[in-house]
Amino acid sequence: MQSRADNISEEKMNKLTIADRSFNSRLIVGTSRYPDPQTMLEALEASGTELVTVSIRRLNLNADNGQESILGMLDRAKYSILPNTAGCYTAKEAVLTAQLAREALETNWVKLEVIGDDETLFPDVTELLKAAEVLIKDNFIVLPYCNDDPITCKKLADMGCAAVMPLGAPIGSGMGIRNPYNIQIIRDIISIPVIVDAGVGTASDAALAMELGVDGVLMNTAIAGAERPVTMARAMKLAIEAGRLAFESGRIPKRLYANASSPAEGIINS
Amino acid sequence: MSKTIVIGGGIIGLSLGWQLAKKGVSVEILERGKSGTGASFAAAGMLAPQAEMGFDDIELFYLCRKSLEMFPKFTYELYEDCGIKVELEKTGCILPGFDRDDAERLRRLYDFREKIGMPVLWVSSSEAREIEPFLSPKCTGAIWIDDDAQINNRKLLDALKIAFEKCGGKLYEDHEVENVNIKNGKVNGVKVHGIEVESDNVIVAGGAWSKQIPGLPENLLPPVRPVKGQIINLRLNDSCRVTKVIRAPDVYLLPKSDGRLIVGASCEEMGFDVNPTAGEIFKLLERGWEAVPAIYDLPIDSIDVGLRPGSRDHMPIVGDSDIEGLFFATGHYRNGILLTPITAYELSEWIISGNASSALNGFGISRFYKQTA
Repeated sequence: MQSRADNISEEKMNKLTIADRSFNSRLIVGTSRYPDPQTMLEALEASGTELVTVSIRRLNLNADNGQESILGMLDRAKYSILPNTAGCYTAKEAVLTAQLAREALETNWVKLEVIGDDETLFPDVTELLKAAEVLIKDNFIVLPYCNDDPITCKKLADMGCAAVMPLGAPIGSGMGIRNPYNIQIIRDIISIPVIVDAGVGTASDAALAMELGVDGVLMNTAIAGAERPVTMARAMKLAIEAGRLAFESGRIPKRLYANASSPAEGIINS
Repeated sequence: MSKTIVIGGGIIGLSLGWQLAKKGVSVEILERGKSGTGASFAAAGMLAPQAEMGFDDIELFYLCRKSLEMFPKFTYELYEDCGIKVELEKTGCILPGFDRDDAERLRRLYDFREKIGMPVLWVSSSEAREIEPFLSPKCTGAIWIDDDAQINNRKLLDALKIAFEKCGGKLYEDHEVENVNIKNGKVNGVKVHGIEVESDNVIVAGGAWSKQIPGLPENLLPPVRPVKGQIINLRLNDSCRVTKVIRAPDVYLLPKSDGRLIVGASCEEMGFDVNPTAGEIFKLLERGWEAVPAIYDLPIDSIDVGLRPGSRDHMPIVGDSDIEGLFFATGHYRNGILLTPITAYELSEWIISGNASSALNGFGISRFYKQTA
């Protein structure tokens, strides 16, 4: 009967819940580095995402009505906007940027990024914790981009963040999930949503992340930088769904030796 | 003969005006500020049809290549009309890599160019530094494109202004159009400084401001936004005589025949803001210095900021519209100088003959509003 498959996709697949909001897609997509805005819009559409992140410091927040701007192109009925603080190096900058975004975009959600260094774009953990503390106190829904370090993630979760977003690999590197064991530990010890943010290069990376049981994946360059961003976006949508379904379905144990799938003896006990 | 108003006195407006006036059309260019001081002026004048294009933008690539082929004719006619020689300079272009990640990226570019039949050569680090000795010794390998050309776009602007006026065209600066007048599906002029000016045709060539012109119907507003670009003009001297265009990761260094070394260019979504900023200038200089350490002692001449007209798909918007007599020539983004000849020749011919240009097929404004209608 097909109903069982339908149930799974409806009950398990459908909702990614962060704070008080639910999303049908477990994929969060960034809006930078596409060849052009039209390609970005088509890629977002193909990805099935409902939550898109925008770099506040790299956008014109003061565009008048009728002025063409990246923000103006995003259909707010279709996509929730998750402002991010990319490009901030201190807690102070990140807090100011988040406040600016709240005012301009009328959302108290923020993807908190505090970058520690230019070459690796790794988070500066002490500044990140400081900024998270201030923003949570200021009634923000904080989604921090952080290292794949279980202790940092635990602290962020305990502090009151709405989700944690550990990296799979450095931003834009396309290296995939470099430390799946840490991601798994983070998943195990944290009860709020875990979103793998950064590092995905291709569809299998996204599927692997989902198979580890995380709640979602955030990506940008993997789609925007592909030769064909729109078809890659679709590949990612399918990978996220496949990975999630595989996780929900419970994979078989790994064995060293074969186990024939068409056994000679009947397994149905007569 | 019919009368045409061109909105915008940048390189596109001037060259269209010149070609129309040359063919006997009465042309007035209305420029909101000073002619040729925006993106046309801040541009570096690189004529590289394959630079910075998406992997799917093959049609744009062919349009650029056709336009490049028209340059000799364009500059010769211009010389005939104004007496100023503006010639293509075949400087050649080198794309160096400095580490493993660059090498991967260059390899991908190399494969792409080869696939679309571009002449392209992979050179070793020492070969690269023989071609351009000022290149950093950290260069690990490079792509070399020896027939890449550039032009002095500032001289080109001066020449076009003179040629346009010599052919009988009238250029009005500080004339911001207040309304495009449309009646019964047909253009009948514009309003400027409170005065109604009649004309049979109106060409929107307002660059980054094209969407801001009042009076255009909602479904014909060109989806063009300003994409801010900052460049630094260094003055070359004997301590650093770069002769080749260098396109390093996230920066280009472009030696001009007037003695400048242009270090550019940022690409920012900042609306109509034209302030130079510390961070972007710092990044350009840092990356420029990594590619060519000898720029360290060069004097800074000036910093220019321009607003490129970026259409929604980054392709130009050139052609007619549903409104009789209303034409568009905007959205040229990073390829404005390069696409000047084909825009001027094909659209002026279209306007005069009434026959749509096949070269411009697919680049019209209808590609945007048909989807939503």
